[in-house]
Amino acid sequence: MARFLIVRLSLIVVTLLAVSVAIFTLIEAVPGDAASVMQGQQATPDSLRNLRAQMGLDRPPHIRYLDWIWDAVRGDLGQSAKSNASISEIMGERLAHSALLAVLAFVIAVPLGLVMGVWVGTRADTKMDRFLTMGGLVTISLPEFVTGVVMILILSSTLGWLPSSSIMMPGESVIGNPKVLVMPVLTVTGALFAYIMRMARANVIEVMESNYVRTAILKGLPMRTVVVRHVLRNALLPTITVIANNVGWMFGGLIIIENLFAYPGMGSLLIQAIDTRDIRMLQSTALIIASVYAFSNLAADLAYGALNPRVRLS
Amino acid sequence: MATGDSTIRPQASTATGVAKVWHAVIAFFTLVLRTNTGRIGLAVVGIHVVLALIGPWITPFPPTEYHIQDQYSSPTSTYWLGTDEKGRDIFSRVLAGARSIIWIATAGTILGVTFGTIVGVTSGYLGGRVDQVIMRIVDWFLAIPSLLLAILVINMATQRFRSVDESFIIIGIIGISFMPNNSRVIRSATLAIKPLEFVQSARLRGEPTLYIMFREVLPNVLPVVGVEATIRLSFALLLTAGLGFLGLGVQPPEPDWGKMVSENAIILDVAPLASLAPGIAMASLVVGINLLADGIRQAQNLPETGDR
Repeated sequence: MARFLIVRLSLIVVTLLAVSVAIFTLIEAVPGDAASVMQGQQATPDSLRNLRAQMGLDRPPHIRYLDWIWDAVRGDLGQSAKSNASISEIMGERLAHSALLAVLAFVIAVPLGLVMGVWVGTRADTKMDRFLTMGGLVTISLPEFVTGVVMILILSSTLGWLPSSSIMMPGESVIGNPKVLVMPVLTVTGALFAYIMRMARANVIEVMESNYVRTAILKGLPMRTVVVRHVLRNALLPTITVIANNVGWMFGGLIIIENLFAYPGMGSLLIQAIDTRDIRMLQSTALIIASVYAFSNLAADLAYGALNPRVRLS
Repeated sequence: MATGDSTIRPQASTATGVAKVWHAVIAFFTLVLRTNTGRIGLAVVGIHVVLALIGPWITPFPPTEYHIQDQYSSPTSTYWLGTDEKGRDIFSRVLAGARSIIWIATAGTILGVTFGTIVGVTSGYLGGRVDQVIMRIVDWFLAIPSLLLAILVINMATQRFRSVDESFIIIGIIGISFMPNNSRVIRSATLAIKPLEFVQSARLRGEPTLYIMFREVLPNVLPVVGVEATIRLSFALLLTAGLGFLGLGVQPPEPDWGKMVSENAIILDVAPLASLAPGIAMASLVVGINLLADGIRQAQNLPETGDR
């Protein structure tokens, strides 16, 4: 286990180095640099040269890359070109907000989706099954921003129960305003739940057709025992793999939902950095999102190993 | 992975090009029409495609025309779905938006699937070191969430190549971000075909490697490619709309469904249809495509793979 962890962790380091080079290059290739963005219209060739020298932008790209990565590893992400605030501080708060959103949605959607999926999977081809799978397909197909807009229209515009956006006074936190969390969490949960349910159902149906389940039923075990002891473990494994493989897609959904509700997380920070051409902020946000992604993939692998003894031993 | 036995049928490569395409089209429709799910999906997608094709002739107004005196209009006999903040006709804009999103998503999917199929067949058939190198590169691609990659590439490409039409940049990005997953699926399908007799006998006959890859293996992984392409199409639509929603898609004033939803979300109280209509259009199109894909899957008895 320790060995597995060490191998995986060093792989993550290599991957993240490659990803950071890609991010740096993609952002570096955008015309204009931080100095020209900061001075905007008032820039003169002289003032630009001075600012570049002061910010260290006159150094060659590979030196600036190493400088950026070395600082990032020590937890210093530099300063925002727009507000001069420390990026690390802003990032800490935004990351906590996004994590709260993702974890809440996950905690609701995963157990609910698995239970419902197993439940309809053992009742394949009934009316209920057809209704739920069809409903699930429709829910999966809805783009997040459409679900979100419909929700705003109903819960906020018509009923007036919830604020339509998550914009808060400076200094306020999401924890103090649980109301702003409801719609973003529900939007993420909806699609995730339907997806997990369909996957769990498909896998349960497959396992139910296997010989060992037939044997278990024929030897007279109560249906409940068959499902809990024989079906669950074998059906959940592939389901969890599929969920794990789609963490990246969930990240995409989060970016869109945060922007729809102006939720103060990483996804809205990313788009904000692009709109204001805040180069340092954009680099760091992208790097942090990619790192969280790498670690959530590792977490998914660990969960898989915990359920599957064959993986654990190798 | 969609490599059920039903998909592996050695095919004679004697028919001419046109006849082959025709056969494939017929086979596709027979498959789709076999289940109710497929029939409904085909109808929904068909309506969208027809409306997108004849759109320019039936739009009541030019989609970018302002009617400031009629802003925030509710649906009337003149403006069937009302107007937005600048008095532009929502119905005309939704119709025009269909054209651009269907074109971008379809072209992007074709690019990605073609690219992925070439990489997948090459990797799977050659095996060994080539396979290992290709699969490592694919892994690198998957190390960044695809939407993040798309956002960064678009941000760079639109500012660096200002003269290039954004739709071509988006098509390119869809192609790049679909290649990795797609080539994995095609690779595993190729691995299932490789040990079969007709491939081995071609090898013993001394056929050139390229010939075996594209005349013996490729025709037999095409059913898998077809299913893949249908599923990918719905992701391409969602990606295009998502980028548009984030303001990184087709630039205003040209209508874009995603952009319409986001720019009109603030006037939801006065003109709800301005963002609901493109949203519903988007949702129904993706539902249609997914029903179509599900229908094909049911008809072929393929398991649900859940790759996104």
